[in-house]
Amino acid sequence: MTSPRRILILGGILLAAFGMLFGLHYAVFVEHQTLDRMGGSLATAFVQAANRDMTQAGTAIDSYAAVKYDYVREVDAHSHWVGLSMILIVLGALFDRVGFSIAVRQTLAWSLLLGSIAFPFGVILQATHHGGRLPSAIAIVGSGLIIAGMSGTALGLARRRSES
Amino acid sequence: MLVFGGIALIAIGMIFGDIFAVFILHQNAGEQGAALSRAAQAVADKNPAGVNEAFGHLGALLESRGTKVDAHVHMIGAGYLALLLALVQPYIALSARAKKRLAALFIIGGIFLPVGIFSIHYVGLAYSPFPVIGWASIVADASGALLSVALAGELWGFWRYTRSATDTLTDTPIPDENSWQQRALMSGGTWLILLGFLHGAWYAAVDLYDHEAQEITILGTMLDSAAANNMVSATRQVSNFGNLAGAKAVNIAAHSHIIEFGLLSILLSFIQPFVFLSDKWKGRMVKMLLGGSVILPVFVLLELKWGLVAGGIADLGGLLVIIGLIGMVVGVLRYSGSLDVVEASR
Repeated sequence: MTSPRRILILGGILLAAFGMLFGLHYAVFVEHQTLDRMGGSLATAFVQAANRDMTQAGTAIDSYAAVKYDYVREVDAHSHWVGLSMILIVLGALFDRVGFSIAVRQTLAWSLLLGSIAFPFGVILQATHHGGRLPSAIAIVGSGLIIAGMSGTALGLARRRSES
Repeated sequence: MLVFGGIALIAIGMIFGDIFAVFILHQNAGEQGAALSRAAQAVADKNPAGVNEAFGHLGALLESRGTKVDAHVHMIGAGYLALLLALVQPYIALSARAKKRLAALFIIGGIFLPVGIFSIHYVGLAYSPFPVIGWASIVADASGALLSVALAGELWGFWRYTRSATDTLTDTPIPDENSWQQRALMSGGTWLILLGFLHGAWYAAVDLYDHEAQEITILGTMLDSAAANNMVSATRQVSNFGNLAGAKAVNIAAHSHIIEFGLLSILLSFIQPFVFLSDKWKGRMVKMLLGGSVILPVFVLLELKWGLVAGGIADLGGLLVIIGLIGMVVGVLRYSGSLDVVEASR
């Protein structure tokens, strides 16, 4: 097995296992409680408004917004880790057909793997560190690495095709 | 078994998704809007019990929608995994009988998991021995366990292969056909995934935070209007809330579908040597699959501007992908049939 393929396939399997373990932990210990808080906050906001206590209603809406902000990012991180890991494994299977030298393919493989780790990591940090710039920066750099790696792979496949 | 079962699961999951999109999704969204309107009316009427009743109904609607989406996603996901497992069979150091049993376990789990998820909303807690988990959830969980057992078995086989002294493959590897159909699926799939990534990055950078802020503003205004007994404004906000939910849903659907279709195209490129169709028909199936893979997500996005016309075209795109998949399933069946004929003539 060539080195770029190994990076993608082994990296993909490890990332999939990590993403699934994260999802399992999240589903068992966090998700139901989060969904309860989210639905509860929204219902509370309406009930308080019906009681004409608009201050409490506003507080409940703020609580709903904060919980939903975290929930969206936590679920996104899990689904992106697992989804990206599948893409890495599948790309690993075809990576020897990418029409570049092994050094370039290795760079592309690292770019894809590091981006796939960093992007969801940045997203989850947004939920744990509200308002910080570093989490967004990590997510942006991660997605940039993935897009660069994927563009290179697509070009490499097209190049091999034109050569063949 | 894995190739046929995988493609069949994906095709059935897509047919279910198309039926869901046409007959259930929009109606469900309308009912959610009506439930939210009732909650706003209850606020205006100073009726907290009415609010709770409306939210109870809203919860049931969300469960109905969520379980259907989950059934669709899990059936297609199991199909992808089956195709992936088919690719790695040469590296699984187990007997042919054990491999067949694992494949059967996986396909059975892949069928019953989405069936269980789909039934959760309808079966509820009827005749359940547990206070919070119904029979449908038990079926879904047991099917998930079957999938895990099958995957653990495959991992065990892979571990045995890596520990064996020889580098000999345990099965015939999938041949490299290098046909134009295979290359088109491979490179088309890569471009589809890239497009999906770019769209996702664009959505996250331009719309995500704006949509989150809009949702909170709309909810706040809806409550203020209802509390001030201004139901015209409150109803307008319910409509705005529905439109915003629609905008978010189409963006997420376009993003996930284009990447999934890209992944599907690449996976299908590997099994092209097993699609026993004439060159011409194979090419037609590939064109339909790739064409549908572009049409569906693009027109799902255009639903925001063109409404139901774009929705109809998107459904046609989904139909093209389904026809391409069914054509390939027929090709795989013909391939296995031809092997049976060769076996029988020996």
